[in-house]
Amino acid sequence: MTRRRTTVYWTGFFVVLGLLIIAPLVLPEFWRRFLTEILIWGLLAMSSDILIGYTGMVSFGHSAFFGLGIYGAAAALLSVSPPSLLLALLCGLVAAAAAAAFVAYFSTRLRDIYFAITTLIFSQIFYVIIFTWTEVTGGENGLTFSRPPLAIPGIFSIRFTPDTLHWFVLGVVGLSYLLLRRITQSPFGMVLQSIRENEARTRAIGYPIERYKIVAVMLSGLFAGLAGVLYAVQNQFAAPDFVFFLVSGEVVIFNVIGGIGTLVGPIVGAAFFLLLREGLSRFFTEYYLIFVGLIFIAMVIFVPQGLLGFARRWLNE
Amino acid sequence: MGIPIEQILIQTVNGVVTGMILALVASGLTLIFGIMDVVNFAHGELFMLGAYVGVIILAATGDFWIALVAATLVIALLGATIYLTTLRPLLGRDPLYTILATFGISLVLQNYALWQFGPVARKIEEPFTGQFTLFYLAYPWYRVVIALLSAAIIGALWLFLKFGTWGIWIRATMQDRVMAQAMGIPVPWVLTAVFAIGAGMAAASGVLFGPLVGVNHAMGVDWVLKAFIVVVVGGMGNLAGSIAAAIFISLLEAYASLWVSPAQAVIVSFIVLILTLLFRPTGLFAPTPK
Repeated sequence: MTRRRTTVYWTGFFVVLGLLIIAPLVLPEFWRRFLTEILIWGLLAMSSDILIGYTGMVSFGHSAFFGLGIYGAAAALLSVSPPSLLLALLCGLVAAAAAAAFVAYFSTRLRDIYFAITTLIFSQIFYVIIFTWTEVTGGENGLTFSRPPLAIPGIFSIRFTPDTLHWFVLGVVGLSYLLLRRITQSPFGMVLQSIRENEARTRAIGYPIERYKIVAVMLSGLFAGLAGVLYAVQNQFAAPDFVFFLVSGEVVIFNVIGGIGTLVGPIVGAAFFLLLREGLSRFFTEYYLIFVGLIFIAMVIFVPQGLLGFARRWLNE
Repeated sequence: MGIPIEQILIQTVNGVVTGMILALVASGLTLIFGIMDVVNFAHGELFMLGAYVGVIILAATGDFWIALVAATLVIALLGATIYLTTLRPLLGRDPLYTILATFGISLVLQNYALWQFGPVARKIEEPFTGQFTLFYLAYPWYRVVIALLSAAIIGALWLFLKFGTWGIWIRATMQDRVMAQAMGIPVPWVLTAVFAIGAGMAAASGVLFGPLVGVNHAMGVDWVLKAFIVVVVGGMGNLAGSIAAAIFISLLEAYASLWVSPAQAVIVSFIVLILTLLFRPTGLFAPTPK
């Protein structure tokens, strides 16, 4: 990698980051909230990119990790008073990681489409449990809870304003991006990419690919859970709809639209999708998905590398 | 907890009836997968649209059987169109892209149905309402007829695959696409035909199942998930395995709903899936050819 390209990359990174930091001060309330939402869905899509783009496994089960993150955070916020952000994070991540470990253990035995189908069905297991276990999860009605203050115990504690919430989300998403980028460039990430390129050869070289795949799914699930916690903090409610497999499908759509294997692509895809939904739903109310579906099909056929696919190599350097 | 033997027998009948419909849905899915490595996410939507077309034609003609045949043909045509427009360009690419494309199709079809027919469930009248007494329960004949009819359709499919010219072509294409092409079999049309047949079977099961529950735009989702489980448990691309798995899983769910609510009984089929993946990852009933 040349030095100049590194400079360009980091300049670009900080310009985008700077714009996102200023945004809540400039944008009206609706669009600020919208931007925060994009960042959260973007983090979810980015977590899925570890599997789709870097390991070559399409997960249709990310709604389970995301949903468990939400419900884990909800459990922490409802049972402990006063609500603690740190505890919510911890519970959400533990719940998502546990779900991811469970799903990973079984589904990594299978490859390609079988992996996709089994992750889908596993996410439905969590959906059915959450939907029917009304006493604990609130069933169809879901749970509502209050937002915790932004606090580190013993040091400081402030209430979230819309602006600080946005910055908090931006901080978490930004750090996650840097961390995931570092991971994909680490030796571990290289093994994942080599599994994507040629699984048999990677095995032949002597890597225990099953273990690598399990870790990849868990890592991905962990970040999906993190997105879930952020979503819980932002919207203060949990509903079984978030665990339903349609959410996983949307996550895959974000990835394909934005460009898999780029990490930022999925965020762009999420932004594109949400903007499209916002624009179309003003004209077509709930039928906007017809057009989203058509655009998605067209992209799968004609632009399979996605919006940022052209920059894929550069973004990974 | 004592469960009377009559109830167990009733649930057995119920399980076999749902199992036969599920087998009809799943055999189309597995046929499509077996021949072209396409995981058809939109299969449940074809099932749902079939039921809707059935509703419309039933309202127009008043004859259930005409509705059944017409819905099958219409959806088979739709299937062929979908195949030609969206799946054929993806042929030869990673099968994962076909999942994505069919997922898009399912979004489009499902929301089209919501837009066109509204969120209120429609009802298909049963073609006949006779009942017979099964222990203390008045059991509708129609359910038994569904099971028999599904079995007949699957049997016809089997005969067609075994002896029909196109059936032989389909099997040849399944074994070796390139060789089949070299032998002069019109492979592109065979693939289109298979997709149309699978779509038609899904539509037929939709019309048959319509009278038991309401017809609404989201009804396909449950079925496609169940069919996926069946197809994985039975071994993907394995027709006989899917049929056996469909009945097996439906029976288990029927028995489980003696103890828990039907919504929770679904978990039983998930457990079967997990156990299958653990011990027989290529399918429960017969080894898969790959």
